[in-house]
Amino acid sequence: MKSLAELEQIRNKMAAKINVRSETDGDIRIVVGMATCGIAAGARPVLAAMMEEIEKRGLTNAYVTQTGCVGMCKYEPIVEVYDADGTKTTYIKMDAAKAVRVINEHVVNGNVVSEFTIGAAN
Amino acid sequence: MTELSLHILDIVNNSTKAGATLVQVDIDESVIRNELKITITDNGCGMDEDFLSKVTDPFKTTRTTRKVGMGLSLFKNAAELTGGSFGITSELGKGTQVTATFVHDSIDRQPLGDMASTMVTLIGGSESTDFVYRHNFDGKEFEFSTVEVKKILDGVSVVSPEILSWINGYISEGLGELYE
Repeated sequence: MKSLAELEQIRNKMAAKINVRSETDGDIRIVVGMATCGIAAGARPVLAAMMEEIEKRGLTNAYVTQTGCVGMCKYEPIVEVYDADGTKTTYIKMDAAKAVRVINEHVVNGNVVSEFTIGAAN
Repeated sequence: MTELSLHILDIVNNSTKAGATLVQVDIDESVIRNELKITITDNGCGMDEDFLSKVTDPFKTTRTTRKVGMGLSLFKNAAELTGGSFGITSELGKGTQVTATFVHDSIDRQPLGDMASTMVTLIGGSESTDFVYRHNFDGKEFEFSTVEVKKILDGVSVVSPEILSWINGYISEGLGELYE
């Protein structure tokens, strides 16, 4: 059973880690479109899968944020990955399984998963 | 949208975009009364009467990427399909309240779906907003509040995978007990 006492333990463990964590420079930013179009197309499980994989692997150099409508609703769920050098990759028609592959191949190993990108669809 | 929890995620995103610092999601579910009522209350910027009167029109939106906004119209439609009702009240500078009532056993009522995931997505998406989630199921009640959580976190960010994962588990377990 999860309790607030358990939350406090997690909190204390994290507070200790934060001190040794480096600045956010060099982090990989992952942006998930979470407007009506994205949500209806399945963006919530995509975001959840990415968060879960990041937590499972203990990645500290990547974080996930949300944005509104990117303007290409027919390609939702859309995930944009901004590498540390600012390079942007746009992944389209994502699902939870594809999201896990993007974390493993792109975020961890630095290899863009070309078959899921918007470029592959054109 | 295939789940009511996805509608909630979408509608509460309106609240955070309206600058709300506190959003309350109340779900009052009763098999005895054959009703499921969702109330979303925020202290965001609110709307004037003119905008309010048109807000469930799909061709009304505040977004700038296009001229359609489907969120509230879809939510209203989902409630009315079951024979339920929908209402929205708002005051400029004070906030907005959206209420949708569903007939619980209607074949057209979408399942509530994964509320834990909806709450975690909301909390993760808007660190500066506090969320209160209350769920009543035939008299049994579960409540979750980020105000309480942030007090315990004492400066540690709520938007971290470990904390969000704990919140997900906490809400899932709490709701599980409600339905036992």
